[in-house]
Amino acid sequence: MIAIIDYNAGNIQSVRFALNRLGIEPVLTNDEEQLQKADKVIFPGVGEAGTAMSFLKSKNLHQVIPELSQPVLGICLGLQLMCRHSEESNTDCLNIFPLNVKKFSGGMKIPHIGWNTIYNLKSPLFKGCSENNYVYYVHSYFAETEKNTIAETDYINKFSAALQKNNFYAVQFHPEKSSSVGEQILKNFLAL
Amino acid sequence: MLTKRIISCLDIKDGRTVKGINFVDLRDAGDPVELGKRYADEGADELVFLDITATHENRKTLIELVNRISLNLNIPFTVGGGISSVADVSALLNAGADKISINSAAVRHPELVSEIAARFGSQCVVVAVDAKKTNGIWKVYLNGGRIETELHLEDWVKQLEKLGAGEILFTSMNHDGTKNGFACEELSRISEMISIPLIASGGAGKPEHFLEAFSIGKADAALAASVFHFKEIEIKNLKKYLAQNQIPVRL
Repeated sequence: MIAIIDYNAGNIQSVRFALNRLGIEPVLTNDEEQLQKADKVIFPGVGEAGTAMSFLKSKNLHQVIPELSQPVLGICLGLQLMCRHSEESNTDCLNIFPLNVKKFSGGMKIPHIGWNTIYNLKSPLFKGCSENNYVYYVHSYFAETEKNTIAETDYINKFSAALQKNNFYAVQFHPEKSSSVGEQILKNFLAL
Repeated sequence: MLTKRIISCLDIKDGRTVKGINFVDLRDAGDPVELGKRYADEGADELVFLDITATHENRKTLIELVNRISLNLNIPFTVGGGISSVADVSALLNAGADKISINSAAVRHPELVSEIAARFGSQCVVVAVDAKKTNGIWKVYLNGGRIETELHLEDWVKQLEKLGAGEILFTSMNHDGTKNGFACEELSRISEMISIPLIASGGAGKPEHFLEAFSIGKADAALAASVFHFKEIEIKNLKKYLAQNQIPVRL
């Protein structure tokens, strides 16, 4: 069973439909037990960090998510919430990755919207993908690169396109909207 | 490197695409889903579905359509036409739209832009602005260009950014339908004035026009409907041409 964490954030349908296209019907849930039982957990999200963390806390998911032992994939805001802290509403996050999430600043359009390349790919998550493949981004905040970075992208500065630590995977871009490259990444996650 | 986006716009009437002439090889060129997939395969970076009837009775048809598009399409898409409330936006996003586009409602109720941005995030709010230059002054128009407002284009665009718009889709009515190129001079002025992405619309006729929209107009994306719909320009060839001319595009 593939669970998608349902926490009132945007794009949950898009992620669900992307899995449908791969022949999988995921379960949308914020139930502690169901999440623990799932074979894999997807933690999507488009929205605001402070509001999202409050919701997770109200369901005790801030305790549950970091304790999960099956493969977990954070997407976009999901990645940011898996970090230590976000500048957005000065929010303390789940601290799976010891990173601070910052807002882009300096001379270029924000949000970073559109197709950009990923490089320095270092994970089975990118099996079958090539250096400088294009993926779709929509975000104003980013996580810097560090030892858990498994893919990088440049926009204003270099940032973590993807992170991995043990069973926790996270991508800043939207695989569910990234055409065939995104589909490959989702397939790779499901095959872990 | 972030690429410039090519956006294909599909006009929807009663849940069907307003037909192009050259799609004889499609099983059903009237089906927005099939046509949308076709554009995605050809390399469109995003799609816009514009409900040109946008009547209250057709709302349910539109929601069902958006659901079907989202289930079948693996690139981002925007839905516009007749959106006038947070509830309209909520229904479209829940059906799977990535962004919504509002136009007249933003002029009538500017606070709606802020409400949508606060509730769903700026990234999903595209504000479409139709403007016409008369005697050297760009004014904003409503209802597909039928009603002139007192708003000056540049003031309005700056206000929209403050209100929380995520992107501006600027259509020049002087250029729309002419196939003589985009309003590059004005695009460039607007693009430098705002720090959110700008989508150029109106006037595409040749690949050179897209090149100018990016190089002179400094647009972040360019949108067209008929030249793609009638296959006067193939998106694949257009992107190759742009790449050869040093415009970063996704190939």
